[in-house]
Amino acid sequence: MSPSVPLQEMIRAIRSARTQCEERGVIQRECAAIRAQFRQTDNGGRSHNLAKLLYVHMLGYPAHFGQMECVRMIASPRYSEKRVGYLGAMMLLDEKQDASLLITNSIKNDLSHSNQYVQSLALCTLACMGSAEMCRDLAPEIDRLLQSANSYIKKKAALCAVHIVRKVQDLGELFIPAARSLLSEKNHGVLHGAVVLITELCERNPETLKRFRKTVPDLVQIMKGLIISGYSPEHDVSGISDPFLQVRILRLLRILGRNSESASDAMNDLLAQVATNTDSTKTVGNAVLYETVLTVLDIKSESGLRVLAVNILGRFLLNSDRNIRYIAMTSLQKIVGTDHNAVQRHRGTIVDCLKDQDASVKRRALELSLALVSASNIRSMIKELLLFLSSCPPELKAQATSGIFIAAERYAPSKRWHIDTILHVLTTAGGDVRDETVPNLIHLITNASELHCYTVHKLYRALVTDISQQSLVQVACWCIGEYGDLLLKGECQETEPVQVSEDDVLDALETVLQSHMSSSTTRGFALTATMKLSTRITDNVDRIRSIVSIYGSCIDVELQQRAVEYNALFKKYDHMRAAVLERMPLMERNSSGNTNGEATAETITETNSSKVTQEDRVPAPPPQQQPAKQTYDLLDLLGGSSEPLQQIPAAQTLPINTSGSAGGDLLDLLGGLEPSPATPAPSVTVYEKDGVTLTLSCEQQSDSSLAVTLTATNASESDISGFTLQAAVPKSVQLNMKAPSRDSLPARGAAQMTQLVMLNNPNKVNLKMRIRISYTRQGSAFQDMVQVDSLPGLS
Amino acid sequence: MQFMLLFSRQGKLRLQKWYVPLSDKEKKKITRELVQTVLARKPKMCSFLEWRDLKIVYKRYASLYFCCAIEDQDNELITLEIIHRYVELLDKYFGSVCELDIIFNFEKAYFILDEFLLGGEAQETSKKNVLKAIEQADLLQEIFERASFQHLLWDSIITHHDIHVTFLRIPKKQRLLAASWRKSDSHKNALLLCSSLAS
Repeated sequence: MSPSVPLQEMIRAIRSARTQCEERGVIQRECAAIRAQFRQTDNGGRSHNLAKLLYVHMLGYPAHFGQMECVRMIASPRYSEKRVGYLGAMMLLDEKQDASLLITNSIKNDLSHSNQYVQSLALCTLACMGSAEMCRDLAPEIDRLLQSANSYIKKKAALCAVHIVRKVQDLGELFIPAARSLLSEKNHGVLHGAVVLITELCERNPETLKRFRKTVPDLVQIMKGLIISGYSPEHDVSGISDPFLQVRILRLLRILGRNSESASDAMNDLLAQVATNTDSTKTVGNAVLYETVLTVLDIKSESGLRVLAVNILGRFLLNSDRNIRYIAMTSLQKIVGTDHNAVQRHRGTIVDCLKDQDASVKRRALELSLALVSASNIRSMIKELLLFLSSCPPELKAQATSGIFIAAERYAPSKRWHIDTILHVLTTAGGDVRDETVPNLIHLITNASELHCYTVHKLYRALVTDISQQSLVQVACWCIGEYGDLLLKGECQETEPVQVSEDDVLDALETVLQSHMSSSTTRGFALTATMKLSTRITDNVDRIRSIVSIYGSCIDVELQQRAVEYNALFKKYDHMRAAVLERMPLMERNSSGNTNGEATAETITETNSSKVTQEDRVPAPPPQQQPAKQTYDLLDLLGGSSEPLQQIPAAQTLPINTSGSAGGDLLDLLGGLEPSPATPAPSVTVYEKDGVTLTLSCEQQSDSSLAVTLTATNASESDISGFTLQAAVPKSVQLNMKAPSRDSLPARGAAQMTQLVMLNNPNKVNLKMRIRISYTRQGSAFQDMVQVDSLPGLS
Repeated sequence: MQFMLLFSRQGKLRLQKWYVPLSDKEKKKITRELVQTVLARKPKMCSFLEWRDLKIVYKRYASLYFCCAIEDQDNELITLEIIHRYVELLDKYFGSVCELDIIFNFEKAYFILDEFLLGGEAQETSKKNVLKAIEQADLLQEIFERASFQHLLWDSIITHHDIHVTFLRIPKKQRLLAASWRKSDSHKNALLLCSSLAS
């Protein structure tokens, strides 16, 4: 069979081009020649020209001018031209091109051609790039071919039908009878095609699935024939008889047996047989075993079979071939939820795979290890995971750290261990931890009051060693600020105490402040810590004063504000300093009703003041966010936070001006404390209809601004969804509506919705409000309007 | 299977077969990224990787990478077998195949692939049958290429499974004699069935 000389010459010419530019030149010349040839009428070399063009296309150059030529060549009576034409159609045309419709007729004719190879070309092209319209047009033809006597054509028609079903699901109905009958064929190619077609039909339509369940015995028969029968040279691959067909049948059995007891029973024996008899020395055997395991685990198999399957996976885990180990872990991941104990038995091997060289295997091992952590093995698992973390590829670090944290939180055997673990993670991979780690850790430390001494010693050591990991430095600074006195005392039961002087500690904090590695947030922590130490140390208060005053002129606005405020604390409010900088009380985490703050101490502590100001300034973000923000708000002592979560609304009630009139700020702060936040504002019912009740309560924030809280409840018997409120006020009044707490009201007052509205009334006009209520109940929409002429609680 | 790519160690594409409709630009982008990802893998690494939302199965044979993208439910290990089967077919066809064979005869590589896979699934599980079909199709092609006339009467060519067809060209008379013989006979002892085909 002679090769195409013109094509080969061109390929040689292109390959001998030494530079990209030269190659482009050659290709341009060739393309010009090809274009000229296309324009001529029929000549003998048409197929060569198209082949050349296809080569050029594969190199990445544009070849769209060949599309029409493909269409012409497909219609040619000559087989050589048809062959290349169809190849061109598959490469250059796809269903998105308009030209693809033009070949529909040619395909239709060729499907009924007398020569099977021409038919096969048409079938191949249709299965590769047939669009939905083409499929609809030609489906009856394909159905006819499915019933032809020629097995060469039948097998291709079956796969073509698969493509049609994928493109146009409804046509599946058409192929059901033919598919059913194909199962009784002897030809493996046809059988394979039939199984693929039935799989596709069953996956898409549950009705069809039920109908095909009856074929389970036939499929079992065919499989048995494949396994038991002697050596068949034609289909044998390393001792397995037609593994491709076996795998497809197993997959179909999986789909058929999935939710059906009877079908699963029928295949039980077969699956056991395959699982035990298949030779697993080569990949082929393992492929069949793998499919068997997947099937066993997915259908309603009996427990003995399941154990067998998990054991096979266990064997896979020990296989020297990396691919097999990877496959095993993927499968174990799927069943770790349901067959947890079975997978636990292989925990050792899985943990070993963490040390594998391959990144894919590592990822799988990590996911599986995290899923296998339990109360009994927490210590050893975390030890392994921490070891893994130190040599972990960067793309897995975030997943590993968050996994470790979650596991540690759930199963921590002791607080000290928990803190140790978190510290270890921060030292190893501090850059990849999530933002809420810092407040979480601080919360944890505060609550472990017996370990304060131990913690601060450890953190101090860590800080002195390395100040690049921001999260660690932030926590360390906070701790030193809080418990610096314990550090300086120089004695600790749990760990080797450090003998530090006050200067050393201040040195450390100053290093953090001055280092270019520290982020702005970290600096804030360090400055505040330095300030707090002023009440905990005795000698170097002047040094602290000087540090703090330097930052009064810092470029970073946040630091400047803090420094100025601290300065004021030193100068004007020195008598309050001790109280303000007292130890933090225990914090409550995740208590969503915490908006008003708990007055845990009678003295006006930092926490309360900051909570009040924060609450005023950041009214009602969605309550789920509140808990995480609470802890951050607490850490964020006096000023506006650099934390981007906080939205500064337009109508700000307590404006904190950042130009640094610190005295004024503090006055406002202290002034704001007078109205006790705990007394509930008077509320009045403004709307009551169909069980929906809307109450309104007001609170005067300042001279011109007002916070109005709207509360809605649903006392009727049916649930309400899509509940929204809209409000209108007189012209000169500014209105700012915050996000509502929820938009659905369950029946019988099970939950209520609150929404905060901020009003700014500089001109002191008579405040009225019109509120429109809209909601959906039992599928129909309701809308209503209510006018409130005087707002309660106004003095 | 969603697509199959063959590329060299330098990243040059040798064959691309797409079973999903994508624009040219998307195909180029996917090819570029995937080639980079696979070439970056070290020799002993796993043959499977997750890329976007697809499973990629690849294997290196000499200087060529064979790379398939399969869907979630497909069996990775059997895909490796499919790749191996395709390489065996190429090897049998070209006789100890090397990359140059695939470069200079790329259209044949496609034809072989199209006899083995259809619409992304294996259509014939017997190596022998695939090779036989290719042989027959090639013969048919040769007849049409060598013919120097416009039409060929299809009815006069027998293309049943066991009967091979070949032809002889008589230069002076520009005629074609179709000769056929049964499979059991050797080439030399051809029986001449006189089907002369006029130009």
